Amino acid sequence: MLKEILEILQDDAHTTTKQISAMTGIPGAEVTKHIKQAEKDRVILKYKAIINWDKVKDEQVWALIEVKLTPEKDVGFDSIAERIYHFPQTRTVYLISGSYDLFVLAVGKTNHEIADFVSQKLSHIEGVQGTVTQFMLKRYKEDGEIIEEKEEIKRQPVML
Amino acid sequence: MSTNPKGQHRKYHTSQRVDQISPSGIRRFFDLLASVEGVISLGVGEPDFATPWHISEAAIESLEKGYTMYTSNLGMPELRQELSRHLKNDYNLEYDADGELLITVGVSEALDLAMRAILDPGDEVIMPDPCYVSYNPCVVLAGGTPVMVPTNEQNNFEIGAADIEARITSRTKAILIGYPANPTGAVMSRDKLSEIAEVARRHRLLIVSDEIYAKLVYGVEHTCVATLPGMKANTILLGGFSKAYAMTGWRIGYAAAPREIIAAMTKIHQYTMMCASTMGQVAAIEALKSGEDSATEMVKDYNRRRMVIVKGLCDIGLSCFEPKGAFYAFPSIKRTGMTSEEFAERLLTEQKVAVVPGSAFGEYGEGYVRCCYATSLADIEEALTRMKRFVDKHQKGGLT
Repeated sequence: MLKEILEILQDDAHTTTKQISAMTGIPGAEVTKHIKQAEKDRVILKYKAIINWDKVKDEQVWALIEVKLTPEKDVGFDSIAERIYHFPQTRTVYLISGSYDLFVLAVGKTNHEIADFVSQKLSHIEGVQGTVTQFMLKRYKEDGEIIEEKEEIKRQPVML
Repeated sequence: MSTNPKGQHRKYHTSQRVDQISPSGIRRFFDLLASVEGVISLGVGEPDFATPWHISEAAIESLEKGYTMYTSNLGMPELRQELSRHLKNDYNLEYDADGELLITVGVSEALDLAMRAILDPGDEVIMPDPCYVSYNPCVVLAGGTPVMVPTNEQNNFEIGAADIEARITSRTKAILIGYPANPTGAVMSRDKLSEIAEVARRHRLLIVSDEIYAKLVYGVEHTCVATLPGMKANTILLGGFSKAYAMTGWRIGYAAAPREIIAAMTKIHQYTMMCASTMGQVAAIEALKSGEDSATEMVKDYNRRRMVIVKGLCDIGLSCFEPKGAFYAFPSIKRTGMTSEEFAERLLTEQKVAVVPGSAFGEYGEGYVRCCYATSLADIEEALTRMKRFVDKHQKGGLT
């Protein structure tokens, strides 16, 4: 039941309790209860909009930063990751398998801001062995949404 | 010069057989629809999803590789094998890919072939009323005579075995059914279907079963007619890819039937159609091989919309039988005192919502309209708001 509610909200966080109730047949009061609980349990972290910033005159610089770490005794990667993810420039931080350890998505206003973040903050953190910074050139798809404007598919006025 | 059945003078003599079937009454409607801006259409009976990308991509790749020739008349062997496997998986039915399956241009062609393959002039085919608009004309065009069995909301629009039996004559050849049903959304229970199968067996009739909506059922199980005891030998099973995999424009369907019937259907098919489109067949192979997840996702979505529209219609006072399949709601509009055609036309011009009058599906569809909910939730909600305005304005005073 909760899973179904979450699926609907993940697709459109704007969906109201009343709508969810109509879509699933779960009584409204119960929907509210589930959502409240999910928020409390941090199953639902936040409700955000996916924005195509390219359409707004507000340049942003996105960088995908590969970070190689030296694990610390006892605490492993988690404490280093924590020191990194508290920086407001980081949007996404993942521990990954492969040739490096942390994937960091950083967002800034200028290349300089990102460069400063990497050279003066990130690379100085104890346990960070090295970084590779890749600036993003173009976004095609964001969180499941295709960015290019969709041509509206017009259904032919056919019968049945 | 002579006159046609409507008394108009005409220059050309078209076949009497064609003249006796009327053009779909809905056509006029969709011309009107095309001329009005801002219409929300609950009219078209097709998924609003684009074909799942992996399916389209498989077809694109086949074009790049040059798969652009005719296929075997029966359809690509790989597609028939996949289909055979699929029928085995879903229904535990054994159909030989070589001789018991035919790939057609949509279920529409399969239906036409089936009728032409089995009917002699004057043979009768029993079918439910209301039913999909093609059933009746297909029988007429094949030289047969449709025999309609009224169904109604009280009986969940299921065709009754006794009603069928009462209409059987020495000329009866087949029973034509399509469940989950267009336009009602009705699903036949296994028990009811077994009773019909029993009648068919007793009177040695074929059942032609259009199961294009087989995968679109909500909270109930679809029963394939051919799975009923002894029925595989008496069933022409028709199915396709359009609805479950959002592939209406690809035009791929199939027939599964006893060898002699498939052979007869293939004869017509090879002289009139040659084969279904190669590109579409490649897409269908991909749909069968790995389309299940996409289909399941879409069904989940349809179900949410179904819940919204059925509740919404009931809330605005258009009582609605609960459809358990396909993607149609079939609310009663009797309280407005209008005919279904009048209702649909005025709803379109006054509130810009397109629905299909129930009368398009037969005499017993009168008093209802068909609302297809394979459209976005936002559109469904807006359509319901507009319909409420319409119903509030036009409901007969004093009715509850």
